[in-house]
Amino acid sequence: MTGICKSFPGARVLTDVDLDVERGEVHALIGENGAGKSTLMKILAGVHTPDEGTIALDGRTVSFKHPTDAQRAGVSIIYQELTLLPERTVAENVFLGREPKRRGLVDRAAMETATGRLLDELGEASFGPRDLVRRLSVAQQQVVEIVKALSVDARIVVMDEPTAALAESEVELLYRLVRRLSERGVAVLYISHRLREIFELADRVTVLKDGAKVTTLPIGELTTAGLVRLMVGRELTDYYPARATRPPGDVLLAVRGGGNDTLDGIDLELRAGEIVGLAGLQGAGRTELAKALFGAEPFTRGEMTPRRPGSVRDGIAAGIGLVTEDRKSEGLALHQSVRDNALLVARARRGRVGTPVLDLLKRVRLAPPSPEKEVRYLSGGNQQKVVLAKWLTVAPNVLLFDEPTRGVDVGAKAAIHELVRELAEDGMAVLMISSELPELIGMSDRVVVLRDGRIAGHLPADSSEEAVMHLAAGS
Amino acid sequence: MRRNLPILGVLAVLLVAIAIANPFFLEPEGFLAFVKRAAPLAILAAGQYFVIVSGEFDLSVGSLVTAEVVIAARLIDGDPGATWPVVLLLLAFGALIGLVNGMVTTLLKVPSFIVTLGMLLILSGAVFLWTGGSPRGALSEEFRQFGRGSLGPVPWSVLILVAAVAAVIALMRSDFGRTLLAAGDNPVAARLSGVRVLRVKTTAFVLSGLSAAVCAVLLGGFAGVSAKVGEGLEFQAITAVVLGGVALGGGRGSAVAAIAGAFTLQALFTLLNLYGISGALEFTVQGLILVLAVALGSVQFPRRAKSASTTA
Repeated sequence: MTGICKSFPGARVLTDVDLDVERGEVHALIGENGAGKSTLMKILAGVHTPDEGTIALDGRTVSFKHPTDAQRAGVSIIYQELTLLPERTVAENVFLGREPKRRGLVDRAAMETATGRLLDELGEASFGPRDLVRRLSVAQQQVVEIVKALSVDARIVVMDEPTAALAESEVELLYRLVRRLSERGVAVLYISHRLREIFELADRVTVLKDGAKVTTLPIGELTTAGLVRLMVGRELTDYYPARATRPPGDVLLAVRGGGNDTLDGIDLELRAGEIVGLAGLQGAGRTELAKALFGAEPFTRGEMTPRRPGSVRDGIAAGIGLVTEDRKSEGLALHQSVRDNALLVARARRGRVGTPVLDLLKRVRLAPPSPEKEVRYLSGGNQQKVVLAKWLTVAPNVLLFDEPTRGVDVGAKAAIHELVRELAEDGMAVLMISSELPELIGMSDRVVVLRDGRIAGHLPADSSEEAVMHLAAGS
Repeated sequence: MRRNLPILGVLAVLLVAIAIANPFFLEPEGFLAFVKRAAPLAILAAGQYFVIVSGEFDLSVGSLVTAEVVIAARLIDGDPGATWPVVLLLLAFGALIGLVNGMVTTLLKVPSFIVTLGMLLILSGAVFLWTGGSPRGALSEEFRQFGRGSLGPVPWSVLILVAAVAAVIALMRSDFGRTLLAAGDNPVAARLSGVRVLRVKTTAFVLSGLSAAVCAVLLGGFAGVSAKVGEGLEFQAITAVVLGGVALGGGRGSAVAAIAGAFTLQALFTLLNLYGISGALEFTVQGLILVLAVALGSVQFPRRAKSASTTA
């Protein structure tokens, strides 16, 4: 891949990226959330077409207009979310859309023999071609995806965060598979945040940052610390509001030994006037922790003050609010007016709202503050301000922000930053999740890092991005 | 109000057409007679509106109306003293059926389409079993006054309709109405805002059941006792609501427009009647309207979204 550029409306995602992969090589692609890894892979797989740049296979320039083009040319991609049909057998999934035919009918026997042979080659004996996919574990389903790739004679297999959904014991199985693939001469492009895996598997590493390639190096020339520096090393050019002027006040929320299906051993205190940043890789349990504190996906063990919420209504009654990660699917009723959205929490509690709506909208700097407009017509930043207004109506003590500035333009971002700080100054306890490390570090009075559903460590204000990444990636 | 405009325009055109064909329509008496005929459907449509705007369906209202009328006739059996107790009982029964519909839908997570279709069959089977095909008993004259009589020049049913419309408007402006809309629009966001989504939806079904009870009281008086009195009403009510521009799937549309939709449908039937077109065609017309209204709604939607994104 040479000189790949790609923009989406409103954002340039990739700038002039080169990437070369050799036969039988395991090539790791790493970078922070949003560095452009997934987009680059989707271009290779024919899901997106590049704005500029070329792709060449065995020296021949190719152009993929559709994922099936890429598949025919020998590029298979295995996504984070598996795309198998749960109610079909393994063999049916492997040959989906290109079933072998005999006299016009699907030749099941041929399908099953071929699938069985590939499973044998991979040394997989825990399930067979006739098993239903829904009965398989996530790791086994990945094996099916790989078999599917091999059955079309894939020469490049792209794996996007393949271990994200795997249990520790299953990761070994995946490593073995990756090595078998490379022994067969298949090139594996391996995307991961987890540095340990990269040092375990990769021959070479390409680092992406903010949509551009930083470097490609053989793994032998790299150390963990060096890799982290390559991933995050950037100037802090953004401006963030000043830190807390007073020392933090009373503890407004405390958890001891909190846990549920995804979280374990969570000890956390949030104090008045303080912004606590919550860092972690995707899948580390950040959103889950916010939802547990709020009561949407409650803790099932551990102690909490105020009383551990068993439901959203408990959480709200205890003075906790959650600004959700995805405002369109979880935060707003898009066809309702700004006013109706802003008043939703208050109305659900049958509470009277002290402040007139218009004042509230001005307070969150909604511009223009038009209460009758349907929120779906608002920009991302303004929508987020409406979500914020919704919580201010009930004056919570603790406000949890999950990626509050995702998909928000620069101006609105600064306004939201100021607002969050202002709320803390007014005596609220704030927890803020952000995948953008500069934002997280720039905003927070201290940072808590999660890894695999547990707290990996605490860091003071103005810690380096490297320090956060070290804890988050577990190196 | 702006959102109600299309259906109000259509209604106005139809009313003018009726007036041209039948000048008696312009006199208060003629007009009130029309409103009186439309009232039961309008009330039923208002009830259906709550359910549809919450993202669900209530198909049980037609056979509920029948059941209510049959029960009323059997229990009153011509005894004037039984009128008021039975009216109260009918309201309670309607609310109860709505409660069952709502709880099965929300708690057991059975799609409301299936729940209320089941209820439709259960109720019509029960009515058939109970009456053996021909309802027994009789309504009292007092009971029939609701549907037939009037206070001075104004029919009781018109007064009841006015009260019902006022109640519906008040409800939709209340906390309940606003949270109902939000829950129909985005149940996840509503839940995460502390809305008791299940309770709000169940309440919508209860309101629909109540509206069926009121509709039954009016229809019983107006049309008398029969085992077919409510037949097809559920589809008329849904057609009316959809005609009013209320989106299936929930969260969008106004109650006033839904009620206007009921009037529009009634006006259309009146018009067909005036021009001597067979009543048998009513179903066909209804079917056409239903499909066209929904198609129009979904064709309009992406266009609007597009114009919005270019201005954003």
